[in-house]
Amino acid sequence: MTGAIVVSPLVTGMSLSSLLPAIPEISLAISACLILLVDVYFGAGRRGLTATLTMLALLVGAMLTMQYGMRMDRILLFHSLYVADPLAAFLKLAGYIAMATALFYSQDYLHTRGIHGGEYYVLCLTALLGIFVLISANSLLTVYLGIELLSLSLYALVAFDRESGIAAEAAIKYFVLGAIASGALLYGMSMLYGMTGTLDLDQLGTTVRHGPDAGLIIGIAFVVAAVAFKLGAVPFHMWVPDVYQGAPTSVTLYIATVSNLGSFALILRLLAHGLAGLPQIWTQMLIAVAVLSLLIGNLTAIAQTNLKRMLAYSAIANAGFVLLGFATGQIAGYQAALNFTIAYVLTTLAAFGMILMLSRSGFEHDEIADFKGLSSRDPLLAALMLVLMFSTAGVPPFIGFWAKLWIIQALLGSGHVWLATFAVLISVVGAFYYLRVVWYMYFEDAGERERPDTRPRMRLILLLNTAAVTVMGLLPNALLSICERVIP
Amino acid sequence: MQGHDWLSVVIWLPVAGGLLTLAIGDRRAQAARWAALLTSLATLAACVPLCTGFVNGTAAFQFIERVPWIAALHAQYYLGVDGISLPLIVLTAFMTVPVIIAGWNVVEKRPAQYFAAFLVMEGLMIGVFASLDALLFYFFWEAMLIPMFVIIGIWGGPRRVYATLKFFLYTFLGSVLMLVALIYLYLKAGDYSLASMQRLPLSLVEQRWIFLAFLLAFAVKVPMWPVHTWLPDAHVEAPTGGSVILAAIMLKMGGYGLLRFSLPITPDASHELDWLIVALSLIAIVYIAFVALVQQDMKKLVAYSSIAHMGFVTLGAFLVFFILSATGQVKGAVNGLDGAMVQMISHGLISGALFLCIGVLYDRMHTRDISAYGGVVNVMPKFGALFVLFALANSGLPGTSGFIGEFLVILASFKASFWFALLAASILVVGAAYNLWLIKRVVFGPVANDKVAQLQDLNGREFLVLGVLAVSVVLLGVWPAPLLDMMEASVQHLLQQVVTSKIPVI
Repeated sequence: MTGAIVVSPLVTGMSLSSLLPAIPEISLAISACLILLVDVYFGAGRRGLTATLTMLALLVGAMLTMQYGMRMDRILLFHSLYVADPLAAFLKLAGYIAMATALFYSQDYLHTRGIHGGEYYVLCLTALLGIFVLISANSLLTVYLGIELLSLSLYALVAFDRESGIAAEAAIKYFVLGAIASGALLYGMSMLYGMTGTLDLDQLGTTVRHGPDAGLIIGIAFVVAAVAFKLGAVPFHMWVPDVYQGAPTSVTLYIATVSNLGSFALILRLLAHGLAGLPQIWTQMLIAVAVLSLLIGNLTAIAQTNLKRMLAYSAIANAGFVLLGFATGQIAGYQAALNFTIAYVLTTLAAFGMILMLSRSGFEHDEIADFKGLSSRDPLLAALMLVLMFSTAGVPPFIGFWAKLWIIQALLGSGHVWLATFAVLISVVGAFYYLRVVWYMYFEDAGERERPDTRPRMRLILLLNTAAVTVMGLLPNALLSICERVIP
Repeated sequence: MQGHDWLSVVIWLPVAGGLLTLAIGDRRAQAARWAALLTSLATLAACVPLCTGFVNGTAAFQFIERVPWIAALHAQYYLGVDGISLPLIVLTAFMTVPVIIAGWNVVEKRPAQYFAAFLVMEGLMIGVFASLDALLFYFFWEAMLIPMFVIIGIWGGPRRVYATLKFFLYTFLGSVLMLVALIYLYLKAGDYSLASMQRLPLSLVEQRWIFLAFLLAFAVKVPMWPVHTWLPDAHVEAPTGGSVILAAIMLKMGGYGLLRFSLPITPDASHELDWLIVALSLIAIVYIAFVALVQQDMKKLVAYSSIAHMGFVTLGAFLVFFILSATGQVKGAVNGLDGAMVQMISHGLISGALFLCIGVLYDRMHTRDISAYGGVVNVMPKFGALFVLFALANSGLPGTSGFIGEFLVILASFKASFWFALLAASILVVGAAYNLWLIKRVVFGPVANDKVAQLQDLNGREFLVLGVLAVSVVLLGVWPAPLLDMMEASVQHLLQQVVTSKIPVI
């Protein structure tokens, strides 16, 4: 993050070409508006038109980002409210791919439940836009803007199935708690601003080097609490299980994967970059939050019978791992956290994709018991799920192993031997509940359950997704070196 | 020596063959069986150039393959063998063949997946022995748990889920702390290669912690008393093939780890804490042998006897410091290490054979209860002869491979202390007791019941498998020289590493 800061000469005078680095956001905003319009006029008659257009928008956005957004230097735009750097480009590309995959998995699920209104896709796009804004935020205000754009879209998405009582309950919970967290964030930011007189993250990072005082500590505490809430870390995790279980599975998939990229960016920009001068304060807080998350997430997951809820607690535990990476306060730790996030998103996409694919109309297939005997009913799907579960448990040769390995290495490299030991030991506890899914699939009888009826193209994408989990586990160098390069 | 990637072949050929078998699927079971058998035979054949091309008399690693693997972590795809690892690789390839043949018609549930799991595991296990990069080692070490978890869980007995979860979590728990230790070593050494870890100077405090982390991983695998409790459960519930691989190969990984990691990387801590290992080994040898004596289940009996026999391996490996302080010279210590190695190979053959024998009985009678048998030799003469041979070999009968390893270790323990030798030698008595009592109750005597009376003797397939194993056991027992020659230089080198302090001189 100490890369040369190239202040664009066009910061003061706007011209069209100066907007090019912001092309991902611009194209997303335009396509969200266009799709909303198209859907109003043509969408009702043609099923799938909006979905196709959304996919197209993502494709165009990704291509534009590849063309104009990939850069090796760091550029500030809009009076340094916005930053474009390699990390931002990488995360945005990952966001496009993750969202496209998530939408692909969701299509059939949405259709069979009749919740495929055009607004669904538009909300997904605006949520992605919020994530992108977060990714490129270089000011406290931009951070807040991104968070609100993301959160408001997600609240609506969780409640998207109007018929569902638990979805409405989850959405209200999410909204109320989320609003409190946003308030805490704003409060913390205002204290930071009051103490330092700047909203700019670059300046914040350089000015806040003097000894800590009480106001700053309180401000940071509020910010950390809000960040922990967005990430779903203990003790701000109460919304996670209810939202994961209550929301339509396609939305859970979105929250668990795409929005995780935003949470990563949030911590990186706000804490690791903006408060780089005072790492000793927030790393202490992160360590506490991370340890609690690992402990409570893993232990509570054991008791779950609902797979979505189990994955929610697993998400809490994994948030603990990401936070451990940040808690090192070192570049190596941030790289490890990025790698962990990417690996987690990739694996979780497929895990929820599996649930979505196995769900039928009127049947959610989200109880762990629903997986009983899957290996005799559909060997391929069971094998894929086995890979995903072992990967999340952190067993080689899958990608999850390297994700955890690098975090442990970063912890040891920064002298946190006991934290590293704790992290690996709690992973063993975590292994149990992932293994239980394998146990149900392979060691139990199918009983009355039938061979699932699945679409070939879904199987293909799921296969490719799982193959990526395996190949990047056998040859992890590519992802690791990208992570090293984008966070120099 | 170089230029031939035979090690990669013996690692990845079975893995590829396993995936192929899986792809052929359960519906074409016969094709899957043949694919599995041919793969395992081809892997065994690929070990031939490894053995013929191996140069005795040097401790340097041979058949080295070294390419960058993960530049970001300074980990390499770095393979090589010496006199310690090559015998274990050959043993792995050798024992997989009988496992495939033994399961030929017996496994009716998802046969293709069964054979595929064993082949994949074969490759991964060979990978463990061939890795010279600690991260690669750990990669194989952990990955191996997946097929074994599935094998016990799918094809196991009534309590298979409990047994397989216990097996997985126990070994996983043991391994993760080793990972922490390995990463710590990497951060100090700069890369993951074993050679740099073995060279790295370490203070006694560091060594002590690393030693304990390693010990937990390896002690669970060996398994040493008191972390052995997963083994009887896993053995009893596992299908025959699973028991064979578990006893013949997987347990050896613990012993191999002690020789390859604990002793050379943390020699001073090994010296300081050798009393712990020796004490645990002697407890395993004596106490567990008595536990074996009272078992009612044949598999459990052999499982406990495995723990006792592996006690000889750990004892032999850690006697070196006692011998050093008792005699003042390292010469006698060679016997201990040699004994540990021979014991591993020999126990691999004998315990594998015994589990196969029990499998033969179980396939016919569907019980492993000793009291359900009696007078088997009357109806199964061929089987009776072979079973008696293996049981006697298990009790260390001279002329069989079981004798060599135990004899060398007891010889070494005499140099260390009379009392160690006395305790270790007592297993010869107790071991003879439980083995002889087993064959007395199962094989000899009058025919116990109608079911036994209707037993069929070995068919050609079973006779072939057990016959080949019997020949190997006797051959190794009367002529162990090739094995000892192969190990000679590497063991000497290991001894040098062990007696050289790594504590930095300030």
